Amino acid sequence: MNKKSIILIFLALVAIFTPAHSFASSGSENGEIDVKEIIFHHLGDGYGWEVPFSHVYRIPLPVILRAEDGKWISFSSHKLQEYVKIVNDSTGKEELVAEPRIVTIDKNGKQYQFILAHVSKHRNKVVQIFPLSPEEEARVKEEAKHNPEIQGDIDKAEAIIGGYAGFNETYYREYKPLDISFTKNVLALFIAAIVVTAMVMSVVWFYSRKGMKAPRKGVGFMEMLIDFIYTGVIKSTLHDQARKYAPFLLTCFFFILVMNLVGLIVIFPGGANLTGNIAITLVLAIMVFVVTNVMGSKHYWKEIFWPDVPLFLKFPIPIMQFIEIFGIFTKPAALCVRLFANMMGGHMIVITLTLLIFIFAAFGALAAGGSVFISVMFSIFMLCLDVLVSFIQAYVFTLLATIFISMSIDKGHHEGHGKDEHKTEDQTIEKTEEKDSEPAAAPASVNAATVS
Amino acid sequence: MELFTPDFGLIFWMFISFIILFVVLAIWGWPVILKNMDKRADTIDKGVEYAREAKTQLDNAKAEAQKYMEEAQQQQAEMLREASRMKTQLIEEAKKEASEEAKKVMDAARVSIEQQRKEAELQFRNEVSKFSLDIAEKMVRGNLSDDKSHHALVDKMLDEIKSN
Repeated sequence: MNKKSIILIFLALVAIFTPAHSFASSGSENGEIDVKEIIFHHLGDGYGWEVPFSHVYRIPLPVILRAEDGKWISFSSHKLQEYVKIVNDSTGKEELVAEPRIVTIDKNGKQYQFILAHVSKHRNKVVQIFPLSPEEEARVKEEAKHNPEIQGDIDKAEAIIGGYAGFNETYYREYKPLDISFTKNVLALFIAAIVVTAMVMSVVWFYSRKGMKAPRKGVGFMEMLIDFIYTGVIKSTLHDQARKYAPFLLTCFFFILVMNLVGLIVIFPGGANLTGNIAITLVLAIMVFVVTNVMGSKHYWKEIFWPDVPLFLKFPIPIMQFIEIFGIFTKPAALCVRLFANMMGGHMIVITLTLLIFIFAAFGALAAGGSVFISVMFSIFMLCLDVLVSFIQAYVFTLLATIFISMSIDKGHHEGHGKDEHKTEDQTIEKTEEKDSEPAAAPASVNAATVS
Repeated sequence: MELFTPDFGLIFWMFISFIILFVVLAIWGWPVILKNMDKRADTIDKGVEYAREAKTQLDNAKAEAQKYMEEAQQQQAEMLREASRMKTQLIEEAKKEASEEAKKVMDAARVSIEQQRKEAELQFRNEVSKFSLDIAEKMVRGNLSDDKSHHALVDKMLDEIKSN
């Protein structure tokens, strides 16, 4: 075994056990762990990116917001929290904990205040806050007092009294600004895009440098993937239209694949649950939706508004039209939800398996030890499976998108005729190729003659 | 439920990065790759075709070479046979010529010998006739006035000797 693989295995082990360590510190004061909270924290987005192997420190990222008065404000995400030392009740040790704090920005002589909402419906999002006027404050306090569910708990108050955020026993009016921050997911998105560009450009550079030589290693693998998708999926479905749609579909495939795989990496450059986030898959699905409908042929639209069915199904009550139009939206929606659910499910299973350790830890040392072994084994198995799922989902997305496009650009009744056309075209191409090859073959024969 | 509500910021950035990625790759990436892959596939196909053709031609050429070799060997054998035949013929001819030459030389020699013999004979006869004449002259000197008739007589007698 060489040095490299030893380092890799060490890193893998560290990566496997470190989240477990960080979960431990994220438990609430009484030692119980909030499973749901942890899962959602790991699946969700965030301002700032956790520094590898530390649960407290975060890599600061820019927060970009449009305040209530329409001004664009940006600040570093590290301002959103401060680090305080607290003494852990159960262990008695000092621990460093990140606490939210109010960010005050002065711009054009005006003060803007922001905070990371932690309980209200805008939880884990940056909100703009405004100090309340005395009357308003009195009203909120009154409401809080009379509300039996709150019982003086300020954190609960925020959740129940909508639009008001409480912080350090002070109430503020809350406003959710337009938020285009460089969150963890956005940065991961850029990393994925750069990785895809690098992967593709490596092949392009290979061609410009080495020309027609056979590619090996990474470039060869990329080419194999490209050929697998292009020949296996795009060309076999779209035939002579393949070249036109190949850039879009190939971009989709590689972007999704890289995002899936980046999501599986536990530490910094990865760890962002990208394709398991509905916003990402939604955009991808919208792209497919736009391409299918913009490129839709006359036949495609005719099939929607006047399909070949008995008249009573489409007139006077447009049943078929309703179903068809519904279908336009369900197809990309299915793409969106399939990818999202598959990837999020995979992540969730891995996190849950890891969390089993802490759930079983309550039953004693033996149960904890056993569950550690089983959980780690299962997690590794699930991660391996997720690598497979990452590929399959990217493939399925591309395949379905290709099929939707082929359905929308289908010329309909001319299909049989069209196929014949393809055949003749292919034949002519072959013929021209033969013609081309003949003069080139002549020197070869000359060579053969000289050799003999 | 925050997992199921798409976040505007993320949608915005995803849209932008997807569009940029798509544009970049659609201009500089995919067309180049697909074109080159096709081109190389064609080149490889052609190469295979060439190789196959070259092989058939090589095979043909080998067969041809074999044929030529066989022919050459045959020719060689024939030529050898011809050569040996010619050799014997040449020898034969040379022999013949040589014998003829020898015969000619012999004939010439014989002729010259004959001639010389004749000359010698003639000389000898002259000598002998002279000697005999001398002898006879000495014997019959004085009473023999006409030499000529005596010479003729001696000649006649020598002829008689010769004919004997």
